[in-house]
Amino acid sequence: MVVTAPVAAIGRSTLGALAALGRVSMFTGQTLRHMVTPPFYPRELWNAMITIGWLSLPVVGMTSVFTGAALALQIYAGSNRFGAESVVPQIVAIGMTRELGPVLGGLMVAARVASSVAAEIGTMKVTEQIDALVTLSTNPMKYLTAPRVLAATLTVPILVGVGDAIGIMGGYLVGTTRLGFNEAAYLRNTFDFLQFWDVGSGLVKGAAFGFLIALMGCYHGMNSGRGAQGVGAAVKSAVVASSVLILASNYLLTEAFFGS
Amino acid sequence: MIQLIDVKKGFGAVEVLRGVNLTIPKGESMVIIGGSGTGKSVALKCVLGLIKPDSGTILVDGEDVKKAHRDTFLSHFGMLFQGGALFDSMPVWENVVFRLLRGSLKRPREEAREIAIEKLRRVGLRANVADQFPAELSGGMQKRVGLARAIAAEPQIIFFDEPTTGLDPIMSGVINDLIREIVVEMGATAMTITHDMTSVRAIADKVAMLHDGVIQWTGPVGEMDAAEDPYLRQFITGSADGPIEAVR
Repeated sequence: MVVTAPVAAIGRSTLGALAALGRVSMFTGQTLRHMVTPPFYPRELWNAMITIGWLSLPVVGMTSVFTGAALALQIYAGSNRFGAESVVPQIVAIGMTRELGPVLGGLMVAARVASSVAAEIGTMKVTEQIDALVTLSTNPMKYLTAPRVLAATLTVPILVGVGDAIGIMGGYLVGTTRLGFNEAAYLRNTFDFLQFWDVGSGLVKGAAFGFLIALMGCYHGMNSGRGAQGVGAAVKSAVVASSVLILASNYLLTEAFFGS
Repeated sequence: MIQLIDVKKGFGAVEVLRGVNLTIPKGESMVIIGGSGTGKSVALKCVLGLIKPDSGTILVDGEDVKKAHRDTFLSHFGMLFQGGALFDSMPVWENVVFRLLRGSLKRPREEAREIAIEKLRRVGLRANVADQFPAELSGGMQKRVGLARAIAAEPQIIFFDEPTTGLDPIMSGVINDLIREIVVEMGATAMTITHDMTSVRAIADKVAMLHDGVIQWTGPVGEMDAAEDPYLRQFITGSADGPIEAVR
């Protein structure tokens, strides 16, 4: 008994993890099905796009401008060691569009959106609002989950695009006011260097991150435990899961797009 | 008519319903009483399909609920939830006519709003409540809005889950009277679960006592006080002494 206990614990954990993976996979499949089959709820989709996309703009903008500014300083300090300061505009641009824009934007949206979606749906569950939806002949997956996931998938790439531009602007401001770059040369170097896929890959990442963020918010909200503690745990799980998934999927997507 | 035939439901090792048999004839108001945690809400949710029974059969107008088309089946029902279960994100009028703003019963928004105001008046609320949000209302007003929502689509069957919980005696009386009036006026079949004996006397045509996972007693409300079933007697008198354990 004592000898097998650790093995049993490993077995239980493995089975638990596999069961959780199965539940999330089924939830994902159902969400995708409800996103493409009627009835559709355009008003819910619009509201979700405003809440997730438009209202996240300030936090993504603030994150991007400071990230771009700090990035310019760091690249300047690093490249200065071997006399390559002139690459600052190009590296800021590529760093923002390929990596920092989508990842930091995604993480900020995860903190803001996954938590609020999980809290909202979790509260709806514990106050029987989800049951009420069912009794009113409305499928909660179609009415709550599908519009939010679709809205996040559509709006996070736009946020990432805007964040890229603001981040590059942050680098430009620091480059031209603190590091002595010529204004026109900074912009010309940036735009001449950037290729379509530098920006495009970041937008694709944004769509994937948006999908994961809303999916995790909805999944943990729908599976929230009872009471304030249950909703709190659901919010925490939604933020942690979406953040980890963003970082993991970022690596996989980068490998797929740019791995040789 | 609603029929529950040998319905069983457990959660883990706990058997909540151990073979419930109950018939609610069309147009009658059945009140299910019983202590907290005896499975009243579970029985109600099993009929609605919110919880799947482990075994047994539930028939609504002769149709097995497991085989019924879900949307058509649910369109016959209205439900007042214990806490109201109003949607905080939308104003009161949209809550009331939620079903009429989408799906097969969809109406134009203006028409739906008129219906909402009419239903709010029916439950004793003024038209200006229509544009408020649920969080701005008192508990009693939320119950009334929940009641308006339950009757908005003129359902044939209405469920009331603890309709007076959390309300003062006067507001409880108002809600009880409203429920009785509406059920009689609409000719609907009603199933209410409560442990408020004042509600039982105001709402019920028939009463069923659920204890220990089975129906211990059922009969017309007029015969309730004369019944000799020890479980029912103890529940009505609210005594700590009897077959129902006070400590659970």
